[in-house]
Amino acid sequence: MDTFGLFNYWVVVFLMMTGFYVVIASSNLVKKIVGLNLFQASVFILYISMSSVKGGSAPILEEGVTLYSNPLPHVLILTAIVVSVATTALGLAIVVRIREAYGTVEEDEIHRQDESL
Amino acid sequence: MIQNPVLRVVSKLIIPLILLFALYVQFHGDYGPGGGFQAGVLFASGFILYAMVFGTRAVHKVAPLWIWRPLVATGLFLFIGVGFVSLLFGKPYLDYDALAQEPLVGQHIGVFLVELGIGITVAAVMIVIFLAFAGRNQ
Amino acid sequence: MTELLNVVLLGFLALTALAAIRLRDLFAVVMMFSIFSLLSASLFVVMGAVDVAFTEAAVGAGVSTVLMLETLSLTVRRERPPAHRKLLPLLVVTVTGAALIYGTFDMPKFGDPNAPIHHHVVTRYIEASPQEIGIPNVVTEVLASYRGFDTLGELAVIFTAGVGVMALLGTRSRRRKENRR
Repeated sequence: MDTFGLFNYWVVVFLMMTGFYVVIASSNLVKKIVGLNLFQASVFILYISMSSVKGGSAPILEEGVTLYSNPLPHVLILTAIVVSVATTALGLAIVVRIREAYGTVEEDEIHRQDESL
Repeated sequence: MIQNPVLRVVSKLIIPLILLFALYVQFHGDYGPGGGFQAGVLFASGFILYAMVFGTRAVHKVAPLWIWRPLVATGLFLFIGVGFVSLLFGKPYLDYDALAQEPLVGQHIGVFLVELGIGITVAAVMIVIFLAFAGRNQ
Repeated sequence: MTELLNVVLLGFLALTALAAIRLRDLFAVVMMFSIFSLLSASLFVVMGAVDVAFTEAAVGAGVSTVLMLETLSLTVRRERPPAHRKLLPLLVVTVTGAALIYGTFDMPKFGDPNAPIHHHVVTRYIEASPQEIGIPNVVTEVLASYRGFDTLGELAVIFTAGVGVMALLGTRSRRRKENRR
């Protein structure tokens, strides 16, 4: 058991870094947004991992249950997930407008068009 | 618009259930998993499914944009308004004890209204965002 | 059993994320992201966060995916292959990742009931809430009552994002087009 004590956090770091890699290495704007979402999802998993208690049940009060997992990170992440979809939609809307203005969603081509102005 | 008859029939059967389940999640969220955020997204996804299968024109016919756009703000104003009601009764902002004689009843009313506000705004925002993207596509 | 499920789901998540990096077809990338969301929702159920799992399944696997597909239909389906190999990003990512892994060694072990996070304000939320609020679902009562201000702010963010999308994309494009005809 003890060897897996930090396993969750390591996988979270790995997922976070895949998202980070997509954001900085990919030049396609849609893929960048997918990368940002991966990064975000890894933060969600980090918080929920921290909230988990061994043998704890879901935080809905019931007679005879004394051990619950921590509800506070659940609240924070619950709202963060819905906020994330709203902000993702905003990012995607900006991508759509960029495509209409430049005719491309590749970052380097957009820079080239900007420089040739 | 999708012509596949299986998809059309099945989604017609499922959409009322999705909307009903969204309402259940909204109003039963105090006792089980659920609440305004989940209910809003579920409610919107019912309409999004309808738009994907039957076309956005059908959604505009059922529930035109002029219904959704004011609702985006209505939910937020409901939330803010509940806070001001407690201010009027001389309690701190968003302290629901002020909403009824019994503090526990007041808390229940407050949580219910706030969750309703969250549900309305989230559902309306999701539908408006979807229709904005779909409107570009035509 | 729970530990095994946990490890298997985390492994699948890592694989899906890797596949999302390597694929060039953006449709497939978006589908991978959808699968990723569904897997993380299952992981949340395993860890006892049912409300969060519910939201993630509805939002991540549902609405987010639909919006990304809509964007693909408005832009392009395929990513252009990169002009040169990207070694610098890989280096940056490895160094940052190593630093973060080093940071995890001070974290409390997974599922440890004695971790500081479980002994701050949360004990009061669980123990005093039947007398103070009287709703069985602790997540709902913390969300709506104890942390009402927080939620109000989040709702304002969602509202603002919705207004932003409306401003950027316009909700009346069809009527304008018909007028032009």
